[in-house]
Amino acid sequence: MISVIIFAGTELLPGDVAQSILGQSATPEAVQNLRLEMGLDKPAITRYFSWLVNIFQGDLGTSLSSGRAISDMIGDRFSNTLFLAASAAIVAVPLAIFLGLIAVLHRDGIIDKFISITTLSMISLPEFFIGYLLILFIAVDLNWLPSSSIIYDSMSFGEQLKAIALPCITLTLVVLAHMMRMTRAAILNVMSSPYIETAQLKGLSSFKIIFHHAFPNAISPIITVVVLNLAYLVVGVVVVEIIFVYPGMGQLLVDHVTNRDIPVVQAVGLIFAAIYILLNVFADVMAIIANPRLRHPK
Amino acid sequence: MSDTHFLEVNGLEISARINMPGEPSRKIILVDNISFNLKRGEVLGLIGESGAGKSTIGLAAMSYGRSGCEISGGSIKIEGDDILKMNAKQVNEIRGTRVAYVAQSAAASFNPAHRIGDQVIEVALEHKLMSKSEALEYADILYEKLGLPDPKNFGKRYPHQVSGGQLQRAMTVMALCAKPDLIVFDEPTTALDVTTQIEVLATIKTAIEDTGVAALYITHDLAVVAQVSDQIMVLRNGKMVEYGTTDEIINHAQQKYTQDLVSIRAMEKPEQALPDSPAILQVNHISAAYDGVNKILKDVTLELHAGQTLSIVGESGSGKSTLARVITGLLPQMEGEIVFNGESLSKALKDRVPEQLRDLQMIYQMADVAMNPRHTIGQIIGRPIEFYFGIKGAENRRRTIELLDQIELGEKYIDRYPAELSGGQKQRVCIARALAAKPSLIICDEVTSALDPLVADGILQLLMELQKKHNIAYLFITHDLATVKAISDSIAVMYQGSLVRFGQKSAVLSPPFDDYTDMLLSSVPQMELGWLEKVLSTRKMQSADN
Repeated sequence: MISVIIFAGTELLPGDVAQSILGQSATPEAVQNLRLEMGLDKPAITRYFSWLVNIFQGDLGTSLSSGRAISDMIGDRFSNTLFLAASAAIVAVPLAIFLGLIAVLHRDGIIDKFISITTLSMISLPEFFIGYLLILFIAVDLNWLPSSSIIYDSMSFGEQLKAIALPCITLTLVVLAHMMRMTRAAILNVMSSPYIETAQLKGLSSFKIIFHHAFPNAISPIITVVVLNLAYLVVGVVVVEIIFVYPGMGQLLVDHVTNRDIPVVQAVGLIFAAIYILLNVFADVMAIIANPRLRHPK
Repeated sequence: MSDTHFLEVNGLEISARINMPGEPSRKIILVDNISFNLKRGEVLGLIGESGAGKSTIGLAAMSYGRSGCEISGGSIKIEGDDILKMNAKQVNEIRGTRVAYVAQSAAASFNPAHRIGDQVIEVALEHKLMSKSEALEYADILYEKLGLPDPKNFGKRYPHQVSGGQLQRAMTVMALCAKPDLIVFDEPTTALDVTTQIEVLATIKTAIEDTGVAALYITHDLAVVAQVSDQIMVLRNGKMVEYGTTDEIINHAQQKYTQDLVSIRAMEKPEQALPDSPAILQVNHISAAYDGVNKILKDVTLELHAGQTLSIVGESGSGKSTLARVITGLLPQMEGEIVFNGESLSKALKDRVPEQLRDLQMIYQMADVAMNPRHTIGQIIGRPIEFYFGIKGAENRRRTIELLDQIELGEKYIDRYPAELSGGQKQRVCIARALAAKPSLIICDEVTSALDPLVADGILQLLMELQKKHNIAYLFITHDLATVKAISDSIAVMYQGSLVRFGQKSAVLSPPFDDYTDMLLSSVPQMELGWLEKVLSTRKMQSADN
């Protein structure tokens, strides 16, 4: 299904790879010959199925513009993207849940309102705006961190972390509010349950009630929203990668859209879709595991 | 400090602030000037209808007010210390350790995410009263004392893995585990079936006697509280009506309201003889299942005559509501036949003709959710008049008012919304809506279960009058045997999907009984002192004989 959408979407893109490879001055005959060579003359349906068959055999095809195997091109880029997304997730998820818990603990107080206002302002600003603000203040004015995040294999892990610090912060700020608000809402929802009253009447501290009695029962909606945001981290890095010139999948995608290099665009799109689906399956599995009724049947 | 009274409550006042938009916030008094004392080992029963303030008083004894409530006056002293003057930390020191709470719905009050045992010993550990091994050991003793199965391993189970009755006992264990001096029991047996209720009641009573704790026992059921209390306080609308020893309240009540509560179970309708005419409803060998495999109803056969009442009685899970769903066509049966007014009804609802639908109406337990909150009472009652008879306009209004008069509400209610009505009034509107279709049979599914006893009494009397006037037959589904006695002509007893006993009321309720009916009938709390002990000793003797 997704493969159909991706294929159809790329087919609808205006422009023609043969035209863009050969440039403006190419003769119509030359363009036509290149098209034949690349198989672009066949009907879309035929191309779709041969593409699909190849993918199931593990062959993502070759790039039209560079002639290299797409899987080779993607390999490094993909691990870079995962590295950035994972770093952002490691910071953002615990922080969001922690802030959510704090917000519940001080419900409707100043701290709660401050957390809400700050995180909501962050989500209201687009990534590129936050990204450039960070570059302006932290990289240019204060000169603490580099503004471009190019990383090489030869860099040490520490250097790599330093290089991706800014895009990592940008991504964290963007996904934080959603997860934090959901954590807060899910726990508050549970806080009106009779078993929370039981816990209060046991004389337990507020922190213990929220963390030990409310949180485990709110975990399933929290997991759902966390995973959704993880998916966003992987898929949505496109803009952030461009801003910070980070050699990841997003940049690869944008470069090849510009070149009309359809097979690369299709492959990247398909990988993003697969990650999205895998993460959602993971969320469902985790929700089942988190439910004691399903873990311990009668 | 008084050396005899553990708990002293003096002039307690609890209020709530109501903030309606556009109005200045006003204070309403929920509990007004309540005073009582309690010694160790003593049980005080707090009794009243919903809204009487009994739970509010119970929670106040733990210095806890549900949202919006505020303890605005008086004092609550535990061994001389006023808990209302304590700070949050001191209150937390008392909760669970000196005063513990047993809630009505144990199923909702246990945290589904943790094992029962961990929750039971939590108070003792959290307040550092016992080491973990000590607490576990004591919990095991308590599980055994309260008759829970496999006491060594009971704590390892999750709340959803045990039955409602067991969970209610586990909640009592949880309250007892930190060895408190006072336990507040808030309707601990109300949500249970009668046969389970008697067991839980007995174990609670033994536990109180053995451990010597003081207890506040909150319930709306005077017969229940009579079995466990030393003293009883009758409350109404937050005010004390009467306060005395259990004997004084049950046998020598001074106030009219208390006398009404005591005599509530005395109503009984004389049984009508079986007419010669064929039955209006015949249920022939009905079997039904929700999943097509596990039968919820097994070969049920019964009949009901015009203008008579057939009560179907049974515990939760006995299949009584499923039977109603089959008769109405909501659940097509697997086997058997429903004959109504001499015609065989088709299994599925959509195949039944409008005339059959009109003639068979239904009233539900939850009047609130059975009505559209955005329709006025007039629209709710007028709708079936228009739907079944095509009557609109002034004539529709005239008949709506006529129906409102019959349910003793009157014309002034016609433009009101359900939210403006009390629970009993809502149920009356539901009755009028059923009546509007001029049915010959009304299925009443637990119609009085959610109502206070006196209100329920009024509804039952109304139903009986309407029956006489319009010759309506009732199929009355209930778990409450007192209601059954009050209104039935014939009775069907169901147990686990099968019909155990069916016949005229006098025959069903007189010996010889089958085992299940015997247990069911003897489990209904009676308004007399020492009833619980009497039943339990009879049961012991019987089992010894066997």
